[in-house]
Amino acid sequence: MNERRNSFLAAPYLVWSIGFILIPLIYILYFAFTDASGTFTIGNVSAIISYVNIRALMLSILFSIASTFICLLLAYPLCLILTTVTSSSSAFLSLIFILPMWMNSLLRTFAWQNILERKGVINGILLFLHLPPLYIINKPPAILLGMVYDFLPFMVLPIYNSVSRIDKDLINAGRDLGADYFQILKGIIWPLSLPGVISGITMVFVPSLTTFVISDILGGGKILLIGNVIEQLFTQDSDWNAGAGLSAILMIFIVFSMIITAKYDREDIS
Amino acid sequence: MKSFFGKMYLTLVLIFLYAPIATLMILSFNQSKSRSHWGGFTLEWYTGLFENEEIMAAFRTTIILAFLSALIATILGTAACTGMQFMKKRERSFIMGITNIPMLNADIVTGVSLMLLFIASRVSMGFSTVLLSHITFNIPYVILSVMPRYRELNRSTYEAALDLGAEPVYAFFRVVLPDLMSAVLSGFLMSFTMSLDDFIITHFTQGPGFDTLSTKIYSEVKKGINPEVYALSTIMFLTVLVLLFFVNYKPWGKQPTGQIKVMTKREVIVSSSGRGGRL
Repeated sequence: MNERRNSFLAAPYLVWSIGFILIPLIYILYFAFTDASGTFTIGNVSAIISYVNIRALMLSILFSIASTFICLLLAYPLCLILTTVTSSSSAFLSLIFILPMWMNSLLRTFAWQNILERKGVINGILLFLHLPPLYIINKPPAILLGMVYDFLPFMVLPIYNSVSRIDKDLINAGRDLGADYFQILKGIIWPLSLPGVISGITMVFVPSLTTFVISDILGGGKILLIGNVIEQLFTQDSDWNAGAGLSAILMIFIVFSMIITAKYDREDIS
Repeated sequence: MKSFFGKMYLTLVLIFLYAPIATLMILSFNQSKSRSHWGGFTLEWYTGLFENEEIMAAFRTTIILAFLSALIATILGTAACTGMQFMKKRERSFIMGITNIPMLNADIVTGVSLMLLFIASRVSMGFSTVLLSHITFNIPYVILSVMPRYRELNRSTYEAALDLGAEPVYAFFRVVLPDLMSAVLSGFLMSFTMSLDDFIITHFTQGPGFDTLSTKIYSEVKKGINPEVYALSTIMFLTVLVLLFFVNYKPWGKQPTGQIKVMTKREVIVSSSGRGGRL
């Protein structure tokens, strides 16, 4: 296959990706640095330091750090268990984690309203057990739970991938040399699973940082994350320049996480 | 003892993952329209569903959109992978670099960027703009599904076909494409799923009077969701379950040579980076 003219087959996609991937991103920057009349301004971007916006951004960062941390805490032991408990765990794992995604994700998030609300499923169970009820719906813990629920698979899959690829001989050698389980975990498994952990972190962090759906559905519209602010600017206020300005700020975080992912990818290969 | 705790932990995670799905399924049989109490078993939402023109219209739009965008993305993506085989490594990694952008970017930024493109080019937003956007975020799934298969492909069969006098196009369709077929199908199925479940990008590129199931659900969240929507998604979920079972676990015969995989966005990134880097 060395006829170079055949590479024209990629031309439609190349044109498409420039037109619908690269140029739209340039438009974000263009709208971010101009006002409604098209003259240059940095007002849209510097609007991030207004009280409402900076508060939303900080809140988003806090939420996404917390949800990333909880996902990691839940996913890591899960992956260790999955590599030991089941024999055909790979098929099993993809099944249990991918099946839920076939139900509309908005509906699944919405279902948590039912489970968490005042007279919901959880409080029914707590009442039955004579325990005090839990009122977390429309409060920050409900949003956090929604994030963990929606993004946990993004943490599990890369970690599981890297843990299951660890050479069993290394672990056996460690055990022969007298290491106990925690020494093996600390000295062998953790360092070798680090690339998976890093990609899991970036994969949970970005969607948690930018979501507006979860905070809308489980926060009762009272808690504004940076995603909500941007969404409202675009769809309710039709203030595209202001929305683009804040989107440009989000792009900084995304580019940063892309760089980290790319860096660890490269180290993973070598 | 350790294995006991392991199984218990696994069970708890499974309950966590499936509790909302079970809730939705139960609600689809709930006589009472209120979400918070059980009014007895009914099938009325299932029968009423097919007479609800609004929901059925949104359902049709969703399916047509998913099918068209997956089909066009599969054709463009497979052609692009084929073309890239004839390129220098540098050009190829440039294209793959662009391909990774929508995969790693936040959906809200992708959605907003496309919305701005349509606003700036003064296109009125509706089915066509949503279709263009869905094709755009679907092509990377096709490419990341087909490219690895090209790397495993035995080139000598294609060259042998040429030596025996076959036209390149004929040789491609008779020799190369059959080998690629399962990867192409995987790409199509993934695209179809992504399009079906997308809300955020549709939300920013839709126009007035246009609804997919997702946007319809979102607009109903505040005033209360019609239980017929639960019935519809229960049907869709169970349909997919049965289909997946038949595609991947043929109980009677042997496994197909190239297994058709349905993966999620992040899983594609993980598995493509696992195979020695994303170009």
